[in-house]
Amino acid sequence: MIKYILKRLLAAFITLFLISAITFALMKLVPGGPFLSEKAPSASVTAALEAKYGLDKPPLEQYITYMKGVLKGDFGPSIKKRGRTVSDIIWAGFPVSAKIGGIAICLAVVVGIPLGSIAAFRRGKWQDSIILVASTFGISIPSFITASLLLVSFGITYKLTFGLSSAAHYIMPVISLAFLPTAYIARLIRGSMLDVMGQDYMRTARAKGLSATVVLFKHALRNSILPVITYLGPALAYTLTGSFVVERIFTIPGLGNEFVSSIINRDYPMIMGTTLFLSTLIIMMNVLVDIIYKIVDPRIKFE
Amino acid sequence: MDQQKHNIGFHLRLDPSDFEPAAISEKESLVAMRESVSFWKEGMTRFRRNKIAMISLIMIIIFMLGAFVIPSFYPYSYEQMDKESSNLMPMQYSQAEHERMANGESVFPHIMGTDQLGRDTMIRLLMGSRISLLVGIIASGIILVIGSIYGSIAGYFGGYVDMLMMRLVDIIYTVPDILIIILLQVTLKNPLEKLSYSSPAFSWINKVGVSLICIFVVFSLLYWVGMARIVRGQVLALKQQEYVIAARALGASGSRIIRKHLLTNCIGTLTITTTLQIPSSIFTESFLSFLGIGVAAPMPSLGSMASDALSGIWSYPHRLVSAAVMISLIILSFNLLGDGLRDAFDPKLKQE
Repeated sequence: MIKYILKRLLAAFITLFLISAITFALMKLVPGGPFLSEKAPSASVTAALEAKYGLDKPPLEQYITYMKGVLKGDFGPSIKKRGRTVSDIIWAGFPVSAKIGGIAICLAVVVGIPLGSIAAFRRGKWQDSIILVASTFGISIPSFITASLLLVSFGITYKLTFGLSSAAHYIMPVISLAFLPTAYIARLIRGSMLDVMGQDYMRTARAKGLSATVVLFKHALRNSILPVITYLGPALAYTLTGSFVVERIFTIPGLGNEFVSSIINRDYPMIMGTTLFLSTLIIMMNVLVDIIYKIVDPRIKFE
Repeated sequence: MDQQKHNIGFHLRLDPSDFEPAAISEKESLVAMRESVSFWKEGMTRFRRNKIAMISLIMIIIFMLGAFVIPSFYPYSYEQMDKESSNLMPMQYSQAEHERMANGESVFPHIMGTDQLGRDTMIRLLMGSRISLLVGIIASGIILVIGSIYGSIAGYFGGYVDMLMMRLVDIIYTVPDILIIILLQVTLKNPLEKLSYSSPAFSWINKVGVSLICIFVVFSLLYWVGMARIVRGQVLALKQQEYVIAARALGASGSRIIRKHLLTNCIGTLTITTTLQIPSSIFTESFLSFLGIGVAAPMPSLGSMASDALSGIWSYPHRLVSAAVMISLIILSFNLLGDGLRDAFDPKLKQE
């Protein structure tokens, strides 16, 4: 078990290293730097600025210097937001995104799992049809559409169009973030539960006189929850770090918003920092999922 | 004679009547009760009985007609701006158009109104869905080709080849996709633009649109891994079958076995996975265009139209709603079609 975890962590480290190299190379490929704007500073000023941020050195040297800093936990200064370090901005944005994302994922689990189970237990009945149709709609509507339609229909009447100044402001971003995962989880649960319900041990459990509730919770749900865990890992990481679109529509100062604007602004250290941060989070979630897998289903053996 | 028989140890009694051709009635009694049905035929019968899947197929055909046929004889073009008739409501006419109609000219109505630059919204919706469909179908096609070749090679050769190839897949699988897509999308644009101006051999790039090519490249670089995993799993199971051993014994080459025996036998899985890949590609494209890093203006995309509509949302809600409905319907139809195909062709669901 420990050997397996160590192996996964090593693989994760290699992946992160590759991602950092690819990201760095990609950014260097793009013409136009962070100092190009409508009021372009003079050549000497640009040169001085580039020297300040080390952008005048050869790319390989820049990369090595940067990675040395990262290993020490220093992501460097932001170029566009003067006087703030990348770590500052990430730690300011991440809690905001994580709060909304966390609530959204909890909502998706709490609503999605019961819906999926009901659909599986009432297979072919009207409950099943309704849930099936609704969840197919749910996975077919992009989050930017849900978010903008919510904004149009309720935002103006309740004056909740932007920011997060009160609890009520959380409702719409959370709903638009939770919409798709809920539908997806319901479908996953329905599919895997139908699989599980055809198994022999389910019939045995009923035959030996266990009540329907015990069979549902102890046998069916536990065995059919695995695909949901697989899905939740990366989904959680993505939602925690903020949906780029939802944060943009509701003008929420989260991490997703910072990432998109850093790309548009060519803020190199910001792009590197956010990419590495998000990638670490997603990859760690994947490792965590594999470990939880083992706990939920002891039959799964680590290679 | 009797002695000899006992020496052999068994009685060999041959009856010449056993070697006579069978009578027709005898043959018929051996024929199976049901006519043998091919995999495709059986699947298609089941597919045709599925009403929702058939409706979604019809919807997709309608979308295709609307996106690829109607724009060629539509009276307006997607980039044609008309200052006089900007911000029209659906079925509304501008001052100039009213005058022309008074003169007895016939003016084609703006079915969905116009945008702030005076461009007809209906044709932009149609062109936008053309982009979406193109992205969905072409990207899925590329993914199908790369994924199935890669996966079948890894599965067929096994051993070290398999391990190395699948490690690469694992790494790409854990890479956060949206992040890398956005990065690649932004960075690929300029090299491609340069390439298109460098020599006339690459001038076709401009015709298709740099941003669109970026999307194809990016999707095919990242999304083939899922397909490769599925195909590899299937090939691993299939290559143990007797007919593959027989083919190998007859001297068939690896590529022939993969093409003729392995891939043709996973055709059901390939169809389902590709169909379900289409909506997810459309989904990602619209997402990118909404953020402003997808298809470039003046080319319309349903995502960028929804994003543009946000600014005038209080006065012209129909613009957002129409783009939203269009994109959701397209994705929904492909999802339903994929589900229907899975129900019809997945061998696991056959018993029902």
